[in-house]
Amino acid sequence: MTGTFMGMPAFPEAAREAVGDGALRANLRRATHTIRDKRARAVAELADWDRLRAAGKAVKDHTLRHLDRYLLRLEESVTAAGGTVHWAADADEANRIVTGLVLATGHREVVKVKSMATQEIGLNEALEAAGIAAYETDLAELIVQLGHDRPSHILVPAIHRNRAEIRDIFEAEMGSWGLPAPDGLGDDPRELAEAARLHLREKFLRAKVGVCGANFMVAETGTMVVFESEGNGRMCLTLPETLISVVGIEKVVPTFRDLEIFLQTLPRSSTAERMNPYTTMWTGLGPSRGADGDGPSAFHLVLLDNGRTDTLADAVGRQALRCIRCSACLNVCPVYERAGGHAYGSVYPGPIGAILSPQLRGTGSEIDASLPYASTLCGACYEVCPVAIDIPEVLVHLRERVAQGGPVTREGIRVRIRPAHGHTAERAAMRAARLLLDHPGALRAGERLLARARRLRPRRLPGPGRAWTDTRDLPEPPPQPFRDWWARERGGRA
Amino acid sequence: MRAALFVTCVNDALYPRTGIAVVRLLERLGVDVDFPAAQSCCGQPQYNTGYRRESEPLLRRTAEAFAGYPYVVTPSGSCAAMVRAHYPRIARLAEQEGRGSGLAALTGDLVPRVHELTEFLVDVLGVTDVGAYFPHTVTYHPSCHGLRGLGLGDRPRRLLAAVKGLDLVELPGAEECCGFGGTFAVKNPDVSAAMGTDKIDSAVGTGADVLCGADNSCLAHLGGILRRRGEAMRALHLAEILASTEEEPLR
Ligand code: SF4
Repeated sequence: MTGTFMGMPAFPEAAREAVGDGALRANLRRATHTIRDKRARAVAELADWDRLRAAGKAVKDHTLRHLDRYLLRLEESVTAAGGTVHWAADADEANRIVTGLVLATGHREVVKVKSMATQEIGLNEALEAAGIAAYETDLAELIVQLGHDRPSHILVPAIHRNRAEIRDIFEAEMGSWGLPAPDGLGDDPRELAEAARLHLREKFLRAKVGVCGANFMVAETGTMVVFESEGNGRMCLTLPETLISVVGIEKVVPTFRDLEIFLQTLPRSSTAERMNPYTTMWTGLGPSRGADGDGPSAFHLVLLDNGRTDTLADAVGRQALRCIRCSACLNVCPVYERAGGHAYGSVYPGPIGAILSPQLRGTGSEIDASLPYASTLCGACYEVCPVAIDIPEVLVHLRERVAQGGPVTREGIRVRIRPAHGHTAERAAMRAARLLLDHPGALRAGERLLARARRLRPRRLPGPGRAWTDTRDLPEPPPQPFRDWWARERGGRA
Repeated sequence: MRAALFVTCVNDALYPRTGIAVVRLLERLGVDVDFPAAQSCCGQPQYNTGYRRESEPLLRRTAEAFAGYPYVVTPSGSCAAMVRAHYPRIARLAEQEGRGSGLAALTGDLVPRVHELTEFLVDVLGVTDVGAYFPHTVTYHPSCHGLRGLGLGDRPRRLLAAVKGLDLVELPGAEECCGFGGTFAVKNPDVSAAMGTDKIDSAVGTGADVLCGADNSCLAHLGGILRRRGEAMRALHLAEILASTEEEPLR
């Protein structure tokens, strides 16, 4: 993934700031609770939700198992329809391909929509370095870009911003990117949307190159699919002369019919809508091949790996590749609600980010090693996931990798990694606890010692225990452990 | 009927009152309770923190300690879920990695015999009114592992609703995690405390005088916040409420 997030502090430190920011927490709480309640109602309308969920899981699992076959099929179909397919092993390669394609058109501006993959690889920065300006056209992405900010949610990247902040950003920044904000702009949502529309319309009409992502790619027909709510994506996909789609290889599904499942589960899980307002599909160049200005006259598909086949090699972790980026898991996650999206150090925040980033990027950095622990394992994410990703299972699996090391696949090669730094004391404590617990005699002696020292109970503990006593009192040790009570009261009988 | 009490390490060392309550309650209902002294801990702290291999001896110890008992009852949804949901996986991996030596068979035999307390009462004994008396206003926090891991559903609330004198008030946002999460509470202290504080705010907001739960780990976290804030509300394990009777009321 991109260097943008490298050198981030571990999750606990990154979360601290958000936890202390009352306004941010209130914004997040309101937004996530509203959408999660709506989602629950939208899902409850379908009597066959569980079967749809199982079907979505099955289609994704089947495709992942035969990913090589379906990707080659996709390449064939896209090529037959007049498109060009490019394969990118990592972020650098993908950025090189896209930058080269744009430069070859002779244009120095692109409009962008709906692409987490391009954020994952840091495409905007790469384009900028090559003298190409990239304009985000999704409303929330626009806010993030104008605000020199980072996205904090999969679906609502500017969820951390309130209306007044958005107004200020528009007023201060729109002018230097294109059409300035109208005079006397207020913070009414309609006014803000109108300002964005005017600003973006100018971009759409001018741009000759569009860059997008896709929710699905159909192997059988070569069809690319984007689900969206605003219609800006449709403009982005149809107005430019050259269209470049950057898509993760896990987005492929075998047949057109498979979309039937996700057309039902994705909108309900993400925006709690029965159907998303705009579903755009494009297959290569279509019959007109861009003649008479009808759609782009050149189409390029960049298939991005960037850690995905390595993730696929892991029998437990690979289920993360089923993700359809609906963001339902973020909206129900009590940790995300308090920590905010930025603390996850990636374009993929929340529960899915906690299992995806350490797999795509490896667990070498502080932030990636801390992500598997950014959960209480409460299971709310698993419950709502429309493709039944057992996120808690993957979290525990990755914790094991961080704490004890083990075999992983990196760039196609099976290697054994060592435990992450900073777990030595914890490992010793876990081992000591295990030894004690495996020797009831010693355990009993320890419990009695605790009982005898109960009057010494400190209000603040030293070391890692301080994290407990900073906000909570310790439980009062009892005068005797249960096993002593049993021995005295019932022991004679046993 | 004979049943073994799996008291759990947390209850043994810190909350013996819960274990005592379970013994009194089950005996009152005619169960012949035994406490195998060889038991210690289910291995959950190790497993959930990423030390799967360190948990294996504890799985073996637990399975051996309870061998031969038709029913194993535990006042912890979290530990019951550990046995039921994770023992099979840990044992399977241990066998695969050459450390199994019969662990899968041993734990496989244990899994179907382990019951969380409210499951045992409602499903095995078939009672919801256990003859308890507790004249207080109570609100109930369902811990995540009981709620989602075991699917306890409304069993705990049905048991509470049948207690004489008890006024059960609903806890807003009951299904949200309290923020304990084992080592999460010390690894991510700020988020953990924020979650616990929100939970306590809603609990105190109900006006109840008791916050009841069926997992002492969550209650240690929530009770710790209550005490630090000097709230009048008490955190109590469900077993203690169910054990309380008119003749022998809970103090
Ligand atoms: S993990 Fe599941 S719930 Fe989360 S974004 Fe992906 S598909 Fe949606």
